Amino acid sequence: MNIDNLNSILIDVFKEIGNIGSGNAATALASIIDKKIDMAVPQVNILEFKHVTDILGGGEIPVVGIYFELDGDIEGNILFILNIDSAVNLVNILFNRQKENKENKELEDMDMSALSEIGNILAASYVNSLSSLTGLTLKISVPSISIDMAGAILSVPAIEFGQLGDKVLFIETQFEEDDKLVIGDLFLIPKMDSFKKILEKLGVSYGNN
Amino acid sequence: MEIIKVGMADLAVAKSPHKLITLGLGSCIGIVLYDSVYKIGGLAHIMLPSSKEIRNNSNKAKFADTAIDILIDKMLSLGAKKNNIRAKIAGGSQMFSFNSKSDVLKIGERNANASRKKLSECRIPIICEDCGGNYGRTIELNTKDGSLLVRTIGYGTKII
Repeated sequence: MNIDNLNSILIDVFKEIGNIGSGNAATALASIIDKKIDMAVPQVNILEFKHVTDILGGGEIPVVGIYFELDGDIEGNILFILNIDSAVNLVNILFNRQKENKENKELEDMDMSALSEIGNILAASYVNSLSSLTGLTLKISVPSISIDMAGAILSVPAIEFGQLGDKVLFIETQFEEDDKLVIGDLFLIPKMDSFKKILEKLGVSYGNN
Repeated sequence: MEIIKVGMADLAVAKSPHKLITLGLGSCIGIVLYDSVYKIGGLAHIMLPSSKEIRNNSNKAKFADTAIDILIDKMLSLGAKKNNIRAKIAGGSQMFSFNSKSDVLKIGERNANASRKKLSECRIPIICEDCGGNYGRTIELNTKDGSLLVRTIGYGTKII
């Protein structure tokens, strides 16, 4: 199977995988912060490397990235990305802080730890629903968090793909809190051989792809 | 003056007074070559150490070994002289840390080593470098004087 010639049925299957996984993750997020969370239709992004850094609005934009290794029957990565404002708003909601703190854009250790944990819960609910859908055993690593340029953070999954081909495949879902205080992106980045396993388990024929 | 943007697994060359920029280097390496006599610069944003380890290696700008060769050729065809060329490298950080067996996460270090090795094989001296750490870098080469601006989030900005 090659990323360059995926047909539209397969793309739809990937979207649906993203939908089921991130649907559960959105529900989890909504119940943690007790706010309504909207979720966009998942996007399947197939990009050349030189465009990877642009997908979050520019390679230099500071973001919080929470990264997981996905292990077990399928391998890959899960990456949860928040822009800095969203990350600050999210921890403020979580810790029930007043809005006066809003000018304070510094994230402290406690905040980082809370963000890692939120990422952990989202990633776990994502893979749990994938796992019950496919019957595959999936495990995630402990979270690793980094605040840095979007391009630098996205280079990590891009390099994984770089070993196999010249394009990257991200299944991306955007979350939005009701008042638009928190906007985040959740990426599922499976290795290409793992796709075959998912498709076989779902009974989808991938033909000559 | 133009600012030429170099993406991931991409490379470009330029003459003075243009600038070459690459945004958000993580574990990738920005390899900068500069001929100070003819004021010609080149920038490659490589992702992986060696084209020999990978089967699908058609994109030459992706690997340290092949990208450096092409970059030199392109600079020579713009009028640079091999003996004048000096190198600067930046990037190669480790963005996320895991206690895992996967050496993909140590790719930054391997990229930096491969770039140094290839440059020494090509007899191009590295005059300075800014590699390692756990943070991203944006680099901008000014082909007027060969200065390289390194911008980070939280680790300051410097010119090397």
